[in-house]
Amino acid sequence: MAVVIVTTRVGEEHHLELRPGPSLMELIRDAAITESFAICGGNCSCATCHVYIEPAFSEMLPEMSEEEYELLDFSNHREETSRLACQIPLTVELAGLSVRIADAS
Amino acid sequence: MTSYDVVIVGTGHGGAQAAIALREQGFEGSIAMVGRDRLPPYERPPLSKEYLAGEKPFERLLIRPERYWVDKQVKLLLNLEVVAIEADARVVILQSGQQIRYSNLIWSAGGRSRKLSCAGADLAGVYAVRDKFDVDRILADLNAGASRVVVIGGGYIGLEAAAVLTKLGCKVILLEALDRVLARVAGETLSRFFEDEHRKHGVDLRTNASVERLEGDGSRIVGVRLKGGELLPCDMAIVGIGISPSVEVLADAGSAVSNGVEVDRYCRTSLPHVYAIGDCAAYANSFANGAIVRLESVQNAAGMATTVAKVLCGKGEPYTATPWFWSSQYDLKLQTVGLSIGHDAAVIRGVPASRCFSVIYLKNGRIIALDSVNASKDYVQGRKLVETRAEIPAEILADKELPLW
Repeated sequence: MAVVIVTTRVGEEHHLELRPGPSLMELIRDAAITESFAICGGNCSCATCHVYIEPAFSEMLPEMSEEEYELLDFSNHREETSRLACQIPLTVELAGLSVRIADAS
Repeated sequence: MTSYDVVIVGTGHGGAQAAIALREQGFEGSIAMVGRDRLPPYERPPLSKEYLAGEKPFERLLIRPERYWVDKQVKLLLNLEVVAIEADARVVILQSGQQIRYSNLIWSAGGRSRKLSCAGADLAGVYAVRDKFDVDRILADLNAGASRVVVIGGGYIGLEAAAVLTKLGCKVILLEALDRVLARVAGETLSRFFEDEHRKHGVDLRTNASVERLEGDGSRIVGVRLKGGELLPCDMAIVGIGISPSVEVLADAGSAVSNGVEVDRYCRTSLPHVYAIGDCAAYANSFANGAIVRLESVQNAAGMATTVAKVLCGKGEPYTATPWFWSSQYDLKLQTVGLSIGHDAAVIRGVPASRCFSVIYLKNGRIIALDSVNASKDYVQGRKLVETRAEIPAEILADKELPLW
């Protein structure tokens, strides 16, 4: 089974089955493993689906839009590897991807 | 009689988020959600956008997958209507007569689409856009060949529907009764910009257009008759003229109700153990200079829901969240922060014709709201300006080369 490994804000690690199509946000949201996640439903408007991407995978992801780049500024916890999970469609190439959910706000 | 520690009425964004936030806050009591809808909680904004456009299947609209509610022990009582509350006995009464006892009640019943009051309003082929059922009927008509659509109402729902239907190849006429679209929620610059965009995309957009009646062939709509006599033939009409908040039950139970159910900063109604959130709740909003307002947005529903959950878990803090909102039409993304109600000046940042600009609203020299079109940077920076009620000279705000924050 292809998986995405998600570490929650409290440090729990979850192996979630990767099914191509929906976004990384939807995968994490539907697994119900974290709080206050994806309030806007994936519209790149609330920045509550902020995650850190394992660097090895960052080049396989679609490039960040200006919009996503700006919205990450809502967070006080922005890092080099920050992305919004709603902007990352899941593809088979992302099997084994490891991400950590950023602190809210 | 069945009884729950928390009964939530309404399965929209507010109701769903209230249940989610209660469990997140560690609430271990029993929870039931009672709703008119037949489906588990799903997102409403995509109904007039990606769902209508066929770009997102319904499964992806679910706020949580169905098993979530089972796992979290949130009882979904669907396709049921609450008709009365007995606040002293702490009981809600369903249409069937069944009674459910609560320790605390969260009223997040939202609202119903306003119907036209003219003749023909009940004809087949006349739709609102409020729930999945509405949109599925629109989609069925489109599949059956409907292609001439009159959209009545130039608010966000009407404009979004007009954009999608135009993209799908329909011939769309949009009627707005006032002299500009979005008159209730935005300044004139934004209204004119969206009017132009819709016209450029082929929408026959008419302002100051009042509907006399809807004409039918006995059962189904065949046209919209304007005051003045003109007949606009159509296969379908979509009515987006706002909602009436679902507050009658609370009012009958003795709760203070004005434009919505009145609540305090902790979302408490005037009835003990009864809270109200989302589209139907009215409260003194610091972003509206303390005026009592009712906000219809996902942000407001979710924010109030979280506030109530914390109150019920003994961690209450007043609801003070910054209002934000978005709309998508064609390739335009509108993002709004703050409330422009009552502004006395508006500064345009950038050039609307470039399709990337913002409008900054001020009152007494302070920034109270910002609408940005394809300008997320302004939206992000603008939020900080609204939250601090910043005072910045207009010439700086207007200069796109200068950062807002």
